[in-house]
Amino acid sequence: MEPERPDQPEPKETKQLTSGEKSGSSLVGKVRESGMALKDRAIEEVKTYKDPQDTQLWKSIFRVSHDRSDPRNRSLAILSNVFLHLHPAKINRDAVRYPFTWGMGGITFYLFIVLTFTGVLLMFYYHPTKAEAFKDILYLEHDVPFGKLLRNMHRWAAHLMVITTWLHMFRVVLTGSYKRPREFNWGVGVVLLVLTLLLSFTGYLLPDDQLGFWAVTVGTNMARATPMFGSEGPFGVQLGMTQFNDVRFGLLGGSIVDSNALLRSYIWHCIGIPLVASIFMAVHFWRIRKDGGISGPAPVMLESEMKAVKKK
Amino acid sequence: MAKSRFNLGKGKLIGLAVLVVVVVLAVLAVDDWHQLWKISSAPDNVPIVAMLFLVPIFTWMGVRQSLANDRLIKELEQDPKLAKTHHRKAEPWRPGWARELHVWPYLVRIEFLVAVIVTVLLFVWSILLNAPLEEPANPNLTMNPSKAPWYFLGLQEMLVYFDPWIAGVVMPSIIMVGLMVFPYVDSNPLGNGYYTLRQRRFAVGMFGIGFLQWILLIVIGTFIRGPGWIWFWPGQTWDHNAVVFDKNVDLHDMIAVSWIGKTLHLGFLQTGVGKFVFGLLVVGGFYVVGALFFHWLMTVDFKRISLRPLRLFPRDPFEQKLLQRTSILQYMTFQFFAISVLLAMPVKLILRLGLTIKYVWVTPWFNV
Repeated sequence: MEPERPDQPEPKETKQLTSGEKSGSSLVGKVRESGMALKDRAIEEVKTYKDPQDTQLWKSIFRVSHDRSDPRNRSLAILSNVFLHLHPAKINRDAVRYPFTWGMGGITFYLFIVLTFTGVLLMFYYHPTKAEAFKDILYLEHDVPFGKLLRNMHRWAAHLMVITTWLHMFRVVLTGSYKRPREFNWGVGVVLLVLTLLLSFTGYLLPDDQLGFWAVTVGTNMARATPMFGSEGPFGVQLGMTQFNDVRFGLLGGSIVDSNALLRSYIWHCIGIPLVASIFMAVHFWRIRKDGGISGPAPVMLESEMKAVKKK
Repeated sequence: MAKSRFNLGKGKLIGLAVLVVVVVLAVLAVDDWHQLWKISSAPDNVPIVAMLFLVPIFTWMGVRQSLANDRLIKELEQDPKLAKTHHRKAEPWRPGWARELHVWPYLVRIEFLVAVIVTVLLFVWSILLNAPLEEPANPNLTMNPSKAPWYFLGLQEMLVYFDPWIAGVVMPSIIMVGLMVFPYVDSNPLGNGYYTLRQRRFAVGMFGIGFLQWILLIVIGTFIRGPGWIWFWPGQTWDHNAVVFDKNVDLHDMIAVSWIGKTLHLGFLQTGVGKFVFGLLVVGGFYVVGALFFHWLMTVDFKRISLRPLRLFPRDPFEQKLLQRTSILQYMTFQFFAISVLLAMPVKLILRLGLTIKYVWVTPWFNV
């Protein structure tokens, strides 16, 4: 710790002074003199620590001075920060108006962070086994400090994330933001929408209660009807599908919703889908920047200004 | 001279009166408030109740901005001189104002504020409402009704109208792929990055209809489907002993045994080959009629439709121009997805619920 350094020599100094008084030689004067010089230096040094932003420690962490009057610093504050560099340094002045973007994409990402945080905490208390899963939820609700709050927050944040994803999509359509050059990013967004729904759905089984069990039973029963790959789907029987080798069996790890299904949905929920979703999110955010930032509010175009279609 | 802001026209007044009557009747029709409250207040249903408010609010927010932009577009189109100098936004702007803002702090502070608000909202929500926890999973005790989470209730409701392979596998896949191709079939270069309805009537309309259908199916699945997935109106008590006789019949049977079928000797429709060919023709015919319908919707000028003189197909020159920019591949792709989802869904709903028709195409391998 740097700021403590000047204080260290001081006890040594007083000790030497007392011994100097005993002998009374010129050595005493020398020691006193250097002691006083050290004291002055220490005082000077302490003064410089009054501004924490001027310390080596601070500057090693934050590269940019916090001088608001300098536009360069404002840009650097964004560009040199790993968490903020997702943003451009400057944006369209009307883009910060709430009615334009509704903030739904950002809120969705924030909810993903909230869900990761609460989800990791929940994982400390949960075993994905038939014997313990339900008991763990009871334990969480009744004994773990703030356990109930934690579970509630995870649940509601998940529901909210589905809502915000839909509203984000709705806004993107209304502002035509999927148009050239953002067509591909819209596709990435659709994948993220599906992953969000799957994340929510795989989490549904984990408490191992009646609600989750039957919801997943109903859901995976549909997989039976997959054309060609389901035992009850069109052309399934002809292709040798039974309930022990079809796509539903693969999803559940068995022919019924049981311990394997619980483990599979746990792993998909906590590791598999979040990993895939993170990759798609990285692409989604990266492409927003590469495609020129958010789309608007753009100046309106007129019918007379439509360019003719390029012919190759 | 001073007209009140709330001075309603005669038409609006009648509309308002009808609305009031409908609301009063709806309230009177509710028989079992307790049942309605039980459904709406179930913690896992809160999101869809919230959606009932959020969707109109955000639609209003978007439409309001669209109308503002549309007024500006109209003004600029009539005044090309102004169009050259205008800043082209409905948002206020003065010469000298910077066109761009620093993200630090003007955007970052908003993001921070929103994060705080969302966090507070989550805390309040989590303190007030508990996540549901039923009894331990029991494969021997079926939940009735056994419902999927609310965001999948649209798919579950589709099971009523289609066989599981369509409702559970084909439809979701088509919806997903359909959403992904949406930007590639929309050949309209206008309306990129600003709200407008005037310039993008068809694209916005099609997405809006799809979104609305999805929400409506969820609402039906949440509020109307009771034990045994039987139709109970909101406010009607869920009767766990209710039985509904399946009176649905296949279309070919319905026609063959009807008065028309008997007089025209259409008994062959009930043979294996007969019903296969018949179903194929019906589905094929549906696609042809559907394509004509969407083509009409795409190009018609609604304002010039009239009965006297009879004019049902007046063309909108702007939409006509857009159609010319659309490649054949784009057009066919759009038609396929629009007919298969946006049209097939409501048509099948009407056939099943209104006309008690089960399947229109019966084959040994699958039924549609």
